[in-house]
Amino acid sequence: MSFWNDPINFLADWLNGVLTGWGLPAGWATVLVYLVGITVLVVFAMVLDIGLVWVERKVVARFQDRLGPNRLGPFGLIQPFADIIKMVIKEDITPAGADKVLYNIAPVLSAASVIMLWAILPLAANIYGVDLNVGLLYVVAMGALGTLAVIMAGWASNNKYALLGAFRMVANMVAYEIPMVIVLLIPTILAGTMSVIGITEAQRDIWFALLSPLGLIIFMISAIAELGRSPFDLNEAESEIVAGFHIEYTGMKFGWFYAGELLHAFTFGGFAAILFFGGYAGFFGLEKLPAFAWLNLPLVQAFFFILKAMLGYWVIMWVKYSMPRIRIDHMLAFNWKFLVPLSLILLAATAILHKILVVLPTWQYALGMFVANIVIITATIEILRSYGRRQRLAEQRLSPQPVEN
Amino acid sequence: MTAEQIFFLLTAAVILIAALMVVTVRKLLHAALWLVLVLFGVAVLYAILQANFLAVVQLVVYIGAIAILFIFADMLTRRDLRDRPGQTRFNWWVAALLGLAIFVGLLSALLSVPNVNRTPAALPTDTDLVAALGTALVSPQGYVLPFEVASVLLLAALIGAVYLAGVNKKS
Repeated sequence: MSFWNDPINFLADWLNGVLTGWGLPAGWATVLVYLVGITVLVVFAMVLDIGLVWVERKVVARFQDRLGPNRLGPFGLIQPFADIIKMVIKEDITPAGADKVLYNIAPVLSAASVIMLWAILPLAANIYGVDLNVGLLYVVAMGALGTLAVIMAGWASNNKYALLGAFRMVANMVAYEIPMVIVLLIPTILAGTMSVIGITEAQRDIWFALLSPLGLIIFMISAIAELGRSPFDLNEAESEIVAGFHIEYTGMKFGWFYAGELLHAFTFGGFAAILFFGGYAGFFGLEKLPAFAWLNLPLVQAFFFILKAMLGYWVIMWVKYSMPRIRIDHMLAFNWKFLVPLSLILLAATAILHKILVVLPTWQYALGMFVANIVIITATIEILRSYGRRQRLAEQRLSPQPVEN
Repeated sequence: MTAEQIFFLLTAAVILIAALMVVTVRKLLHAALWLVLVLFGVAVLYAILQANFLAVVQLVVYIGAIAILFIFADMLTRRDLRDRPGQTRFNWWVAALLGLAIFVGLLSALLSVPNVNRTPAALPTDTDLVAALGTALVSPQGYVLPFEVASVLLLAALIGAVYLAGVNKKS
């Protein structure tokens, strides 16, 4: 075992050797090595988060036809550090009448619910925190903790806008959790496991994005809703409820919500990469050729994983900065009357077709799954179009003077 | 004492203290949040027992759905126990005695089981436990009948809720 083939275990073994060399019992040395590993993982995620602040500000500037931060350092790279210093030295205000303990726990819980997701995020075949056999359910469970953090923040602030924001956030998250769970079952069916590593390994020959493009679209929509980002950012609608659930938070406590949101968006980009784009693997079998054996090196895999996650994150930003906010009744109707039935149909079609087609060679199997998805998408669009036409005609019949066009 | 035992004792202590807080705390919302801590502790117990699936389902169902529903209902009500003087009835000590008696009875029943002190056998690592659970739920030799009965019950509840909440178009 060398550093380049298995960096994490190599370093862990080395550290274990050092600690036992100092005279620690083997059990305690293992516990200490695990603690160091957890700390390194969390620090890695948070340092990445600092970079994400810069990425987010630069990308939003480009979408809005601006330059973005460009004064501090080359391309404004030092800007996030200036942001952090500003946040840390700002006055820390706790509003009168706030529920102090809950008020202070909420930002920590919010950031923790995101960082806990990193426990199962595999950066490479042997760089991961833990390989849970219930990985995808774990993702849903951490989403529930995030919801709890938002409720606590909104309630403890003792502010009507904060409470309204929390209400909206909960309605949003509880509703969009359902298509999310259903669509998470699609990679589970295709790979036959809920472990994220197993799902990644099952995509060595073909991405699930090609087997289930509709699943990818539904996953991205419900992920954006779960993040509470535009067009689903009713929880912090500036024009109506000022800043929503984190209205009363100042300084670094607001910083935790902000950092958590950015890292959450990136993490869901990472999950889109794992579930549908092959994660750290997924080079269409290229890595089996001797000339491309370097694709199996862990650091190369980690590079490709981060690249795919960044692409997913970029799509989330793209949607965020191009779409207007939608009204809450539209948002809920869209979920319950459209997304949930559609994802249920897709799940049933995927499960049945997978059972029938899995005996065929890979390309026929992939073609069958892809065509089935296209058929469902076309039928959906056709139904929506005819429904829209009927609605328009009904409105024209009702109105006293028909519109001429 | 192994690290696992220390971890178990800590978790159990947290669960007990939080459970006590649920019934003694006077703000309704705080009681709901202490309940969340209890449920989380139970999930940790499942995780210690290597029942990963149950641990995560405990989080999703109890914290993600039921506790959030509780909290949501609490937020929409103003009534809490701060408006009233006492929280206990005059015969609270009877309930405490009864609880203690049940605890002692359960403990003695548990200790009378032979080999209660032995260490558990290691779980097989080569089989997928989640897959085994899934197969057991749908196999005729396993639990397919209770599973389907529960599904039908939930479906009936779902249809009932839709019917009750639906707008009556005739009126």
